[in-house]
Amino acid sequence: MANIEQLIEQANKKALEIIQNGQPTLVDVSTAGEAIPGMTKKSIFHAGPPCKWENMSGPLKGAIMGALVYEGLAKDAEEAEKLAASGEIEFGSCHEHSSVGPMAGVTSYSMPVWVLQNKAYGNYSYCNMNEGLGKALRFGAFGPEVIERLKWMEKVLGPVVKEAIKLHGPYDLKTMIAQMIQMGDEGHNRNKAGTSLFIREFAPYIVETSFSQKDKVDVLKFMNGNDHFVLNLTMPAAKCTLEAAKGIKYSTIVYTMSRNGTEFGIRVSGLGDRWFTAQANYIKGLYFPGFSEKDANRDIGDSCITETCGYGGFAMAAAPAIVLFVGGTPKDAINYSTSMYEITTEENKMYNIPALNFRGTPTGIDIRKVVETGILPIINTGMAHKDPGVGQVGAGLVNPPMKCFEDALEAFVEELEKEGLA
Amino acid sequence: MLKVNELFKEELKVINMGLRSFANDVKSQDVPVIHVDWRPVAGGNKKLSSLLSRLKSK
Amino acid sequence: MVSKWLIKENSYYDSVTLMIITKEIEARDDVENAVVVMGTDLNKDLLNNVGLLNDEINKTTANDLIIAVRMKDESKFDEILAKVDELLNKKKSDAGEDYTPPTLDSAIKYMPDSNMVVISLPGAYAAAEAKKALENDKHVMLFSDNVTIEQEKELKELAVSKGLLMMGPDCGTAMINQVPLCFCNKVNKGNIGIVGASGTGTQEIMVQVHRMGGGCSQVIGTGGRDLKKEIGGLMMTLGIQALANDDNTDVIVLVSKPPAIEIAEKVLKTLKECGKKAVVDFIGGDDELIRKYGFIAASSLEDAAYKAVALAKGEEPKDAPIFTESEDKIDKLAAKEREKLASNQKYLRGLYSGGTLCDETLKLFTKEFGGIYSNIPLTPEYKLEDNKKSYKHTALDLGDDEFTVGRPHPMIDSYMRQQMIVKEAEDSEMAVLIMDVVLGYGSNEDPAGSLADHIKLAKKKFADRGQYLCVVAYVCGTKADPQNYDEQVKKLEDAGAVLMPSNAQAIRFAMKVVRGVIKC
Repeated sequence: MANIEQLIEQANKKALEIIQNGQPTLVDVSTAGEAIPGMTKKSIFHAGPPCKWENMSGPLKGAIMGALVYEGLAKDAEEAEKLAASGEIEFGSCHEHSSVGPMAGVTSYSMPVWVLQNKAYGNYSYCNMNEGLGKALRFGAFGPEVIERLKWMEKVLGPVVKEAIKLHGPYDLKTMIAQMIQMGDEGHNRNKAGTSLFIREFAPYIVETSFSQKDKVDVLKFMNGNDHFVLNLTMPAAKCTLEAAKGIKYSTIVYTMSRNGTEFGIRVSGLGDRWFTAQANYIKGLYFPGFSEKDANRDIGDSCITETCGYGGFAMAAAPAIVLFVGGTPKDAINYSTSMYEITTEENKMYNIPALNFRGTPTGIDIRKVVETGILPIINTGMAHKDPGVGQVGAGLVNPPMKCFEDALEAFVEELEKEGLA
Repeated sequence: MLKVNELFKEELKVINMGLRSFANDVKSQDVPVIHVDWRPVAGGNKKLSSLLSRLKSK
Repeated sequence: MVSKWLIKENSYYDSVTLMIITKEIEARDDVENAVVVMGTDLNKDLLNNVGLLNDEINKTTANDLIIAVRMKDESKFDEILAKVDELLNKKKSDAGEDYTPPTLDSAIKYMPDSNMVVISLPGAYAAAEAKKALENDKHVMLFSDNVTIEQEKELKELAVSKGLLMMGPDCGTAMINQVPLCFCNKVNKGNIGIVGASGTGTQEIMVQVHRMGGGCSQVIGTGGRDLKKEIGGLMMTLGIQALANDDNTDVIVLVSKPPAIEIAEKVLKTLKECGKKAVVDFIGGDDELIRKYGFIAASSLEDAAYKAVALAKGEEPKDAPIFTESEDKIDKLAAKEREKLASNQKYLRGLYSGGTLCDETLKLFTKEFGGIYSNIPLTPEYKLEDNKKSYKHTALDLGDDEFTVGRPHPMIDSYMRQQMIVKEAEDSEMAVLIMDVVLGYGSNEDPAGSLADHIKLAKKKFADRGQYLCVVAYVCGTKADPQNYDEQVKKLEDAGAVLMPSNAQAIRFAMKVVRGVIKC
């Protein structure tokens, strides 16, 4: 009779080996239509597990409407809403198309996307580019200034950065993230240092591109004006690292955590493509001036792929200012990171936290440990307004619902039962 | 020599499980102590607890 | 409402700090909107949304701090500015809590050289965790009760096989390497080692040893059931052996309720094998057996301490004096109390937080006076029908189950005792109210303070009836305890209580007051 625990431990060991060996590398900028598998002119991919239009929350609907206008499929928001509800648009989960997107995560045909490759295993991942703070598509805003900016990103930002990458060559994101974490970032809610590193690295090559002085200046100013510019790189870096560890039989390691504003979903290596979903939670934290609890939407975005990979909230000890969002102290940040070791499998070999004596970040969430200890992964994230078109209203900390992990555990045991192992 | 007698020669280092006040009292005397934020397996949920034990080695 | 603002140029603060300050200012009743932000374009949009943007603010840059408020009374704006300043400059004083791992295994990973696990979990889980601890070669103090006797046997057998301490279940008091654990007093270091199967019994002996100028090397608790036949004194035996091997221990004191004869013999045999001087208090049990083995028997907890201290100094162990003060002085004091009593006042009522202290009182009273009622009576005929209704002479252990359902133990919280004082004060036949006040780690931070008002109230009730209530109290503690011993004594004295220096002397004094002069 096979020893189940051993089978699981071996499978998890393999999964961790793959995750630890991941080499997420920025190789190109393309358009969603050209690069993302399954993307068509009538597709809209979004963050989180698959979702029907009628179940979508305000910010996601707003973002989709904005994307439809941007793509020219509708001439205004009203038309866009009708079109979205008509059944003609193919909605899809970014995750199921090798992509990730922050907040609403809406990705459409013409949008410029980062192209990453996991050099260790060959698989690719994609992510749209970060629009900046305030009224942005990813928060469900869809006004003319949002569309205008998206157009500029398509026509200027994307092409300029594409050429700069060509001139520079592939860019090792694993090293960038490792450095970020040592500089007070955690790669989800704090990306200032990483953005600085990126700009420093690519500025000379941007200057070297064949574009106009104005375009180059605008691109540099744009990147500099957005502290979260590299979030859209840290996320697909985690995505392609984890995706390579999908589908290892008997593994209880989580390779996807994600939310669409309505539901939170996880996927487990040993359970393939199956989503385990439950209602997404509200975030606890601080509000921007003029906003309060009654304004916030539920948790939304693919950005917790960073936590799934061992940074973001798991590296909170590296970015203690985050806990100020919940009235905590630097020691609380350390305690949050420390408690994540209880539910993960290994210490990350590349990402180290100075405040924890350079201990590697907690890596490889194990559904067994989450259920056993009752400790849920901690996520640092932004809050979107629940109405479309408004934008970000605050930021703070949130957990996934325990039900996702409980259901996954139950399904895992069921699979073993089918094989006669449990 | 009994382990107890070894204990008498060592520095006391305590792990506390249960009432937090006991840990606080020990800490106030500058004795190293870790308080365990204990909770029953799977929050006491019998079904989940049983699922977990089915995944453990016999 | 009026809008007020201030701009501080070239004053950068990070957004999170500013969000917290905004939140705090907005929480004021006299403020409708508050915005404390840097002058970025985004923030200007936000200011505009709440109607606080103006030309001056619009001219600011991302390096300028904006403090904008819509408020009722503009004269308070300076106050708000002062508050903002305070918050900008404040450092969090509390450094934050230590990490608390969720499991014993995790705790051992973080503290691999830990050597003592103290467990006060619900009984159903406590035994499993104690077993895990022993399997990891850690000593255990198991405070929890509701552990079955079979589980206790299994745990103690495992511990003994490894030479580890397994103190409990139901062990409330221990002191290892001068560190008081759970409910325990701080006492001087010395050469007296104690192995006790009773919590407050152990505390009383420790405290008396300290008072008499002696000190303790180690205090090992065994839990209340250790000397039952099923367990056979496993931990008391191990404790005696450990103290026998301990160079810092010259005198061993054993304390417990009277064990079955074969267990008593087993324990005394082990004691004999260890070859050290010993005092044994089987609280009211068979002294002859103790002497047969060549050890000193004690007639009270205080007496056990007194004899131990003598032995520790290499002196002859004499009986402890009946009273520390001269008998003459005590008689005068008792007479003074007695003469104020009304003619119908004749009963003693005891309200105890320590079970063994109550037990010692019952035994000393019964020996000198005859029967006394209780919820933990010495014989069945003296069991109260209703534990909350005292009858004739009564002494209650308020730490017993009935009184602690849904309530903290009386050593921690005085609510139940306060209620009972008020209740007893209704009984005009009560003459003397006696109580223990236990200090030390684990106990309430001001037990005397929590009882003083109720004592005064009770005394007043009697005075109003033209009677007098004599209150006798004993503070079981040392000057090294976290509570202020002298202050505790003073609070009780100020409330009108007569303080005695030991549990035994307290009950003896109370007996003197109740009826004539007792024979010793």
